[in-house]
Amino acid sequence: MSGTEKMTERTEDVLRIENLQIALRSEHGDDPAIEALNLSIGRGEVVGLVGESGCGKSLTALAVAGLLRDPMHVTGGRILLGGEDIAHLPNRSMRSLRGNRIAMIFQEPMTALNPLMTIGDQIGEMFVLHRGMSAGAARKAAIAALDQVQVPSAARRIREYPHQLSGGMRQRVMIAIALACDPELLIADEPTTALDVTIQAEILDLILDLCRERHTAVLMISHDLGLVARICRRVAVMYAGHLIEEQAAGQIFATPQHPYTRGLVGALPRLGRRLVEGQQPLTEIPGVVPAIGDFGTGCRFAPRCPSAMARCREAVPRTTQLPQGGRIRCFLHD
Amino acid sequence: MTDTATRQDGPGPVLRLQDLHVHYEVRTGQGFGQVPLKAVDGVDLQIRPGECLGLVGESGCGKSSLAQAVMGLVPATSGVIELDGRTDWDRSAATRLARARTVQMVFQDPFSSLNPRQSIATSLGGPLRLHGVTNRSERADRVAEMLRKVGLNPDAARRYPHEFSGGQRQRICIARALIVDPKLVVCDEPVSALDVSIRAQIINLLLQLKDELGVALLMISHDLGVVEHMSDRIAVMYLGRIVEEGAWNAIFSDPAHPYTRTLISAIPDPERADIGHERLRGEAPSALAPPPGCAFHPRCTQAFAPCREGAVPAFTRLAEDHRARCHLLTKDTESR
Repeated sequence: MSGTEKMTERTEDVLRIENLQIALRSEHGDDPAIEALNLSIGRGEVVGLVGESGCGKSLTALAVAGLLRDPMHVTGGRILLGGEDIAHLPNRSMRSLRGNRIAMIFQEPMTALNPLMTIGDQIGEMFVLHRGMSAGAARKAAIAALDQVQVPSAARRIREYPHQLSGGMRQRVMIAIALACDPELLIADEPTTALDVTIQAEILDLILDLCRERHTAVLMISHDLGLVARICRRVAVMYAGHLIEEQAAGQIFATPQHPYTRGLVGALPRLGRRLVEGQQPLTEIPGVVPAIGDFGTGCRFAPRCPSAMARCREAVPRTTQLPQGGRIRCFLHD
Repeated sequence: MTDTATRQDGPGPVLRLQDLHVHYEVRTGQGFGQVPLKAVDGVDLQIRPGECLGLVGESGCGKSSLAQAVMGLVPATSGVIELDGRTDWDRSAATRLARARTVQMVFQDPFSSLNPRQSIATSLGGPLRLHGVTNRSERADRVAEMLRKVGLNPDAARRYPHEFSGGQRQRICIARALIVDPKLVVCDEPVSALDVSIRAQIINLLLQLKDELGVALLMISHDLGVVEHMSDRIAVMYLGRIVEEGAWNAIFSDPAHPYTRTLISAIPDPERADIGHERLRGEAPSALAPPPGCAFHPRCTQAFAPCREGAVPAFTRLAEDHRARCHLLTKDTESR
């Protein structure tokens, strides 16, 4: 394992995931879901984690937030938050971290908000729980927080319930709750997937602006490589529980190295390309993502890979450094 | 309002909408009255044989209501729906069958649009039986042939939906839509529930089938990248009205309506970071209380007095096959 990576030569890593293993408990033992995952995020850095459904990106996020539930569980490795290993913290300690030092924004703001509480109470709850504020002070702080996420007439809006808000407004409320206690790390799991494109751009700008002001580290999880490459500094791509490539955002789109990443980039209809090249078929990646337990012995992408060699089916490639910076898990580069 | 954007020679359009309105009566929660929600508010649109028309807009703009009206799934409040030259679409069983032979639909979610208790053979053969293919072995042959056309093994006929992945199910849904040989297939967000790599497969398949079978597509999507890739013409919808319509390259290289421009600039593409900063302010207003004048003016950065106070802007013809509804366009011609 190449532990000393160029890209992690930063003094303060807010989050450092080392050799993380997550498995699915089943009747015949543990089925590995995520293996040997290394990822770190520095203060104020925005890192994208990309992959299709079933690749393990949300599992990684849940593990960091201590929200993995049976039958999924961490079987090895460390999750360091500001240097402290939180991978095996008891629930009670995790609860005081969540919302306080680690915050999450989920995809679906309607199910993430409590329909029976006013949004003012839901934001204020953060200040009461983690800052020990009185109800009155929390209310004032909630108005200020709502103001910061640019919800108009915040003082009136705090009395409203989630169903009275539009999707974009709800996601703003989620952001207000997430950033209420000034977390060191924000995990945004597909924060704009349920929103319209026009609202999506606005919400992303808001998240990034607020996090830049506060130097919050952001782990941006998405299936949309185009979106992530545009807003993040570094992008990591996952496939079937392995981190298969990591590069600077500008590079990963222009010069993807792993055959899977190349497939993903080619599969996107790209604006302006048809004007130049005419209507070309998009690159297809044949087959589907394997399920947990069906990963086989070799590289997990080998069955779908256009450049698979014999050794790809026999052993899992190790992670190596790319000459232009970044790292890759592929025999073509080993 | 009878401006038709397109004049065509040769065969007539497979779909022609003329001043289509779809209104729903909605309780507002205040008092007992009902108010009309104008989901589709005067739409003129045409689709030629074998053409792919992309219909884009935000959620709530009425694009799905329009699709459902075309399918006959919701009644049109007023206006003309002409499918394959015919306009007298009543609710009788015979008419509904004839309509289903002309136009079929592919839905967004391939998981909920197949009956889990029917084998694929039944799901695909059922429509054939309804439409008069009574011979069992002929049905089986056509099902097998259709499955092959959408890239599945004919063995799939014996299996059930749960045995297939999302992408495969969407192939089955496409097969079911095409098996009765329709002239038009309405695709309502056919790829947005699918993963990126699968999305490419389905997009390629739809385009290939369009060329092979000459079927016209009404492609509804909020994803402009997909729409640009697939469409021959594009219509942009905002709060129940078409605000811009034209050939795909005209819409993308020379968008005339400020709304179209902001939609295009909202697409995240790291290689086009230069265009990314035309942002919309606020969200689409409710169709229950559309703003006066141009419905887009509260979010428009270039709105001037007529947009707020004047009438709904009429279409301005910009080219043979390109028109847009915007007061700015007539302002330009007046000052010229």
